[in-house]
Amino acid sequence: MRVKRVAAVAAAAALALAMAACGGNNAEEGTGAGSKSFPAGSTMERLNKAQKIKVGTKFDQPGFGQKGLSGKPEGFDVEIAKLVVKELGIPEDKIEYVETPSKVREDVIANGTVDLVAATYTIKAERKERISFAGPYYEAGQNIMVKKDDTAITGPDSFKDGTKKVCSVTGSTPAEEIKKYVKDVATQLVLFDTYDKCRDALKGGQVDAVTTDNVILLGYIAKDEASFKLAGANFTKEPYGIGVKKDDTAFRNFINDVLEKAFTDGSWKKAWDDTAGKFGAELGTPPTIDRY
Amino acid sequence: MNVLIDKFDVFAGGFWLTLQICVLAAIGALILGAVVAVLRISPVPPLRALGTGYVNIFRNLPLTVVMFFAAFGLPALGSNADFLRLPGLDAIFSRLDTDLPYFRFALIALVLYTAAFVCEALRSGVNAVPAGQAEAARSLGLTFGQNLRYVVLPQSWKASVVPLGSVIIAMIKNSALIGFFGVVGDLSQTADQLTSAGGYAFVPVAIGISIGYLIMTVPLGALLDRIEKRQAVAR
Amino acid sequence: MSQQTTVLYDVPGPRQRRITLISSIVATVVLIVGAYFLIYRPLDEKGQFSMELWGPLVDPSNENFPLVWERIGLGLKNTLTAAALAIAASLVIGTLLALLRIQLKSLTRRRFTGMAAPAAYLLRGLSLLLSAVTRVCVEVFRGLPVVITIFFVARGFPEFGITFDTLWYLVIGLTVYNGVVIAEILRSGMEGLPGGQAEAAAAIGLSPLQTTRMILLPQAFRIMLPALISQLVVVLKDTSLGFIISYEETLNIGKQIIGVLGNPIQVYVVIGVLFILVNYSLSKLAQYVQRRLSQGRKTAGTPAQPLPPAALASQSESTGHGV
Repeated sequence: MRVKRVAAVAAAAALALAMAACGGNNAEEGTGAGSKSFPAGSTMERLNKAQKIKVGTKFDQPGFGQKGLSGKPEGFDVEIAKLVVKELGIPEDKIEYVETPSKVREDVIANGTVDLVAATYTIKAERKERISFAGPYYEAGQNIMVKKDDTAITGPDSFKDGTKKVCSVTGSTPAEEIKKYVKDVATQLVLFDTYDKCRDALKGGQVDAVTTDNVILLGYIAKDEASFKLAGANFTKEPYGIGVKKDDTAFRNFINDVLEKAFTDGSWKKAWDDTAGKFGAELGTPPTIDRY
Repeated sequence: MNVLIDKFDVFAGGFWLTLQICVLAAIGALILGAVVAVLRISPVPPLRALGTGYVNIFRNLPLTVVMFFAAFGLPALGSNADFLRLPGLDAIFSRLDTDLPYFRFALIALVLYTAAFVCEALRSGVNAVPAGQAEAARSLGLTFGQNLRYVVLPQSWKASVVPLGSVIIAMIKNSALIGFFGVVGDLSQTADQLTSAGGYAFVPVAIGISIGYLIMTVPLGALLDRIEKRQAVAR
Repeated sequence: MSQQTTVLYDVPGPRQRRITLISSIVATVVLIVGAYFLIYRPLDEKGQFSMELWGPLVDPSNENFPLVWERIGLGLKNTLTAAALAIAASLVIGTLLALLRIQLKSLTRRRFTGMAAPAAYLLRGLSLLLSAVTRVCVEVFRGLPVVITIFFVARGFPEFGITFDTLWYLVIGLTVYNGVVIAEILRSGMEGLPGGQAEAAAAIGLSPLQTTRMILLPQAFRIMLPALISQLVVVLKDTSLGFIISYEETLNIGKQIIGVLGNPIQVYVVIGVLFILVNYSLSKLAQYVQRRLSQGRKTAGTPAQPLPPAALASQSESTGHGV
């Protein structure tokens, strides 16, 4: 008991020092093993005791999860994950980020490679069969990006006549969705491993459109407004959630509480404004948490 | 295991597409490789340097990099590889003559990359011809071209068959990368599509894909083994 | 090769030399002009030579230069780590597999005389079965694309509840393929040795295992060293497939840099040059070793064992390329 108290005092002192050093940055407040109390045997307790967490995110999604030149991922997904991690009583620098491209997300959650996934991860019924979702914390929608001077493509129906070529990413939901509209996959659909390549193909004129969630496209448009624009309105609803192990209801509820708190105390909006908000996308009102 | 039956058309389609690009790339690589090999032994130094440089570059680059330059470098040079839209071939090679250039880009990358190895295989065949043969031909007064055509190449061809075959086998395996560079629906991408987007179990899909590749590579390998054994006996 | 080419045509006389010189100049001019119009001009028109795109890679005063190269350095380190681990593991697995296959082959020839008939049949059947199993393994893993093997390892192991870092998936995937290839290199090296070696070993009373271990294997290693080194080039190139399973090797890091800076062609050129430099030096090393070895054999005064040239060439060729 005594040792614990000494440790706590030392930790507090270290914290005070750290806070002083950071000039009032209180991000490290209330971290450390046992800094928060969680129900025994819960995921939260395990993570808090271990004082480290593995977060799956994208490394190539501007505004949401993109690995910068510093080697750290940045974006809205990353900020949301940080909010959760902070509430777990784990300092930010103890987060280990794991790249989780679209096609591996269920796998890495199911087999325990990561503790949670925040990676532009649409909540979907068939995914719920393998994992569970907290959230949503944002609602995106699939859209189409075309060249600035293109007037022929107005929406997904423009691909039905079999001439326009469209690009997306292998194994992603938008790629599956657009297949419903495309007449001939062999001559109309191009799939790459990143959206960067799709953007380059659009710029080079090899394809006529890029399709994925509007926020991702807005990121590219913000960087190159002279070349690209969105064609029409969103044609799907993509509520982004945080993926956790299937049936870990306690952890899911915990994350939902964190999100709801973030919605009201302004940290949600701040996370957005610092990241994807810079691209001019609308944040809108907080989505309703889906406590299924 | 049902996925193998339910989605047989997907596997078959992937197999067919992979086979198409492999046949085309094999033809292209054999031709280009032969040209490069001739460059490498030509009497004109700049051409020799060109041939050597070519082999050194393409042998030492990962195919991924070559693929990238074909898919994104060529458009930057203002080309959609339209010279490959040969009329008459699209009845069989349906992807060759479409507006989407990525099949052609992937084909170019495979040809460029494989040609370097074809060149080396041909060279190893030429090396296997005893020097006395070429000397004798020269003492008969044959020119460089005649020497190659009538004496060296017919003999080197025999020694080149096996290494050439293994180059082609490697190329078939290398073609698994085209799915990452814009070609939709080849055999390796089928795995991705069925497991991640289609939600099928991994193991049966893996077995299906493996069978697809092994159908192409194993018989070819067995054939080469036979040729090699027969040549060893003949020697 | 140099001997061979000079054999193909006469030493050029003055006229021939003049023709060669003229055609050399013409060829050079055509190459340069072609490169200018077909490559330089279109790229320049698209602004691909602008310092905005190249600066972070080549200009030390650029604010991103140190960051970019720190990332590329990390990528190179990861590439080399994966390649080193994979080649070491492949050598071990390859040697064991080669030994196993040679032993099994000699076992299948044994009649197990002097044993009770059922036991002899059983042993013979078992050795035949094992031999067939290893053969099938070799054929399967040699016949599958490395991409697929790596992908299968990364997807398959977690399926059975076994998880590692991505580094190990890559290393295992590369080892499975290259181990088999190296086993085949060594096996054909041992089988290509003159029969007298094994006979002499048997004559002095060595067991088959001792013969393989002390007589055949060391010689096979020596003969096949160049082929083994060129296999290292293959492994190094194949690590670039790590991007499929999100391993942060050089190309994957390059992709991340491109995502931030938007200069794909420039980054790929730099990475391509790095790969060529490393692999070219390795190939040169292989040639040097080969030369040293052939010299060593001559100076030792032993009658040079004429290796079937085509067989050797086919070995180094059949293994000298992967992805």
